[in-house]
Amino acid sequence: MTLAIETSALVKHFGDTKAVDGIDLQIQRGSVYGLLGPNGAGKTTTIRVLSTLLRPDGGTALVLGHDVAREPAKVRERVCLTGQFASVDEDLTGHENLVLVARLFGYGWKPARARADELLEAFDLGEAAAKQVRTYSGGMRRKLDIAASLVVTPELLFLDEPTTGLDPRSRNQVWDIVRSIAASGTTVLLTTQYLEEADRLAGRLAVIDHGRLIAEGTSRELKRSVGSNTLHLRLDDAARLADAQRILEQVFGAGVHNGSDAHTLTARVDGDGGVHEALAALQSAGVSVAELTLGQPSLDDVFFALTGTTGEHETEETLA
Amino acid sequence: MSMLATSPRPRAASPWAATITLGWRAMLKIKHVPFQLFDVTAFPLMMTLMFTYLFGGALAGSVKQYVQYLIPGIVVQTIVFITVYTGVGLNSDISKGLFDRFRSVPIWQPAPIFGALLGDVFRYSLAATMVITLGIIMGFRPAAGFVGVVLAVALIIVFAMSLSWMWIIVGMLVKSPESVMTSSFLLLFPLTMASNIFVDPKTMPRLLQVLVSVNPVSHLATASRGLMHGDVAMSDVLYVLVATAVITAVFAPIAMRMYHRER
Repeated sequence: MTLAIETSALVKHFGDTKAVDGIDLQIQRGSVYGLLGPNGAGKTTTIRVLSTLLRPDGGTALVLGHDVAREPAKVRERVCLTGQFASVDEDLTGHENLVLVARLFGYGWKPARARADELLEAFDLGEAAAKQVRTYSGGMRRKLDIAASLVVTPELLFLDEPTTGLDPRSRNQVWDIVRSIAASGTTVLLTTQYLEEADRLAGRLAVIDHGRLIAEGTSRELKRSVGSNTLHLRLDDAARLADAQRILEQVFGAGVHNGSDAHTLTARVDGDGGVHEALAALQSAGVSVAELTLGQPSLDDVFFALTGTTGEHETEETLA
Repeated sequence: MSMLATSPRPRAASPWAATITLGWRAMLKIKHVPFQLFDVTAFPLMMTLMFTYLFGGALAGSVKQYVQYLIPGIVVQTIVFITVYTGVGLNSDISKGLFDRFRSVPIWQPAPIFGALLGDVFRYSLAATMVITLGIIMGFRPAAGFVGVVLAVALIIVFAMSLSWMWIIVGMLVKSPESVMTSSFLLLFPLTMASNIFVDPKTMPRLLQVLVSVNPVSHLATASRGLMHGDVAMSDVLYVLVATAVITAVFAPIAMRMYHRER
């Protein structure tokens, strides 16, 4: 058995809302797998069903060979979940939180304390060990939360938006942690709204929107499906954006959309065909170009191509 | 790096060990956030001082006599008020995602509830000690001595546990810990005021007298006075125990059902 997770036509609804609407997943053991999608796409619900916190309303889900609906206890023995909100007790110290979790996992008092010390050191939280968690920064809480999930080594680790709201330094630390967990052979299923994160960490990705799986594959495959190259254009004058878009559409067809801000446009390009032509047309129309790059499509572009909206905007809202 | 455990994975905690551990957690919370205990005990303590010195003489002839009547009832009121923290704590655990962690660990699933109740017993004992100490300073002299006081507190705690089940339900129903607090006082005020905690109901209107006489809190206060002063009527103790059993039988199964249901 090489599959860590296998779902077929998985459905979960809340009232009339279908949060998960028929998702099929096959996730190899020992891999890092990313569920990518905007807020409300159904990522968290999927993870909560797979970690036995919610019962599916339809379809089946096998986690490490056990049906989540029929054998939830068997699943719980093998997986760990780090939820979207740091699920640590703010009133307790970092050390006490880890002792608590270690005790629940079956450690005696003394080994539990030893394991807590060990984890606090490994996660660079040694100095804050005796401080109440309410004094911790977001990054420290998240690290403590992940540490709590690693008290015993799970065969499968669920990470729900592990870096949402973290500063770049903490984000890098969490990425390193995820990589070393994966290197030890634990399967990791993570959700993220950050396309960059999915690109960097996950071997394979599933793009989810409105509870449905809209694309699946390696990040390279997903990018290839969008077109071989992407042209990013930055204008001096945002007022000329509409003109520039019209010109680019004449050259490249329909694959032109707004970029991450009011000054930028993104276009799908096959090979490098038409780039010179487009530049000349822009020049003769008097649209001055501040910056132009031609490169591999980013997952942003993939997301746009699949859903018609940029994932980026939702990401920025969350950060604000 | 010892991020990952090097020793083999132990078997998950037994129901007993998990409950004890979660009870330990509840006690740590009392240690780290003692204010949570004081804000509910402050009110009954204030009532004690106010009733004793303002009305004590008028109600019972003398302050000294009134304290003997009032203190057992105040212990009842204090503990009955604190029961709401079972629901408040559960609600904040759920909203902060802590319950997701507990529920995804392979432990006996009701352990978090029973662990919280275990912590509550400690909390109740601590609050009772505070009130009785204040009482003794004010001249309270329980005739049945230490044993009588301990028996009375034990009876009060048994009754309080049955109320906890109601707050567990409320804690799972409402949105925020504050709303658990607010909604609980709608019940707790009438329950403790329409009783014989503060005054003998003889001078109350007829209808209120009937209410007071069926209120289990009145019987609990009477039984506590009896146990502390050595003249207990077994009928009151029995009334309290039956009320406890009935309240638990009604609310505990509903609470456990809601707890097992997913959120």
